[in-house]
Amino acid sequence: MADEALFLLLHNEIVSGVYKSAEQGEVENGRCITKLENMGFRVGQGLIERFTKDTARFKDELDIMKFICKDFWTTVFKKQIDNLRTNHQGIYVLQDNKFRLLTQMSAGKQYLEHASKYLAFTCGLIRGGLSNLGIKSIVTAEVSSMPACKFQVMIQKL
Amino acid sequence: MSRSARRKPEYHKINRDLFVLTYGALVAQLCKDYEKDEDVNKYLDKMGYGIGTRLVEDFLARSCVGRCHSYSEITDIIAQVAFKMYLGITPSVSCNNSSRNEFSLILDKNPLVEFVEELPAGRSSLCYCNLLCGIIRGALEMVHLAADVTFLQDRLKGDSVTEIGITFLKKLDEKKYRRKK
Repeated sequence: MADEALFLLLHNEIVSGVYKSAEQGEVENGRCITKLENMGFRVGQGLIERFTKDTARFKDELDIMKFICKDFWTTVFKKQIDNLRTNHQGIYVLQDNKFRLLTQMSAGKQYLEHASKYLAFTCGLIRGGLSNLGIKSIVTAEVSSMPACKFQVMIQKL
Repeated sequence: MSRSARRKPEYHKINRDLFVLTYGALVAQLCKDYEKDEDVNKYLDKMGYGIGTRLVEDFLARSCVGRCHSYSEITDIIAQVAFKMYLGITPSVSCNNSSRNEFSLILDKNPLVEFVEELPAGRSSLCYCNLLCGIIRGALEMVHLAADVTFLQDRLKGDSVTEIGITFLKKLDEKKYRRKK
């Protein structure tokens, strides 16, 4: 869909813009990632509100995670999460073998060091979505070989 | 036919919401980073330029429009094909001067400001949708047309409609853009 191109380009511009205005160094890198993650958080909160306006109440945590993996991911990234793993104690790993925001970048190990910049927004998106569904969490991402990536969600018990 | 209790969410709309919300988060972040409205406007325009230079390729690949022979044809295509394709709206076009190089796109519905109630306090000269100007400018430059694109009227600032003005400048020299091999 044409909308996808717009969002992809905007996302890439945001990432490059945030990094351009920052200097070199570990601290700055962390600050940029935080900025991107916070933006994703805001968007995730708003998006999940509009999305779940008419859906039924979720039974439990696992139900919510399945919703994120299926409906939410399909709407935002046009495909489902390929693999969901959990230890039933609050840690979930979502694996996407062909992550939409990375497919145009490389198909292997090239540019691996830059991948984390492009995942920060999506981590925030997941965290924001979960937050508005009543779940406090920490979301991190890891890439071993593009375009596959794993999002790790750690539920924080209040 | 009775409507089921669980209505399927409109996926197409959600996708647009994703873009609109991301844009809103971006503008909010920029307002935090920059104090002056002009800086935010300039930054949005620059970002839009970067997006426009790439978007035009996507647009040309999807739309298969033929070669244009006049500025008014180009503006019509921007309004009726490009805007419709990416934002789902069709602004109306009007020509502003007799030499036929100044045009206006009048948007009566702007999806980018769907969730914006009003400009934040102290940000009265913020051009919220300045990204659009940059996108149009970048896209036109990639097809060798220099243009000045600005907001002439903005509903968020109190005007009745949102109007984008496109002024086509002299045609860019093709030689300048030949890639160095």
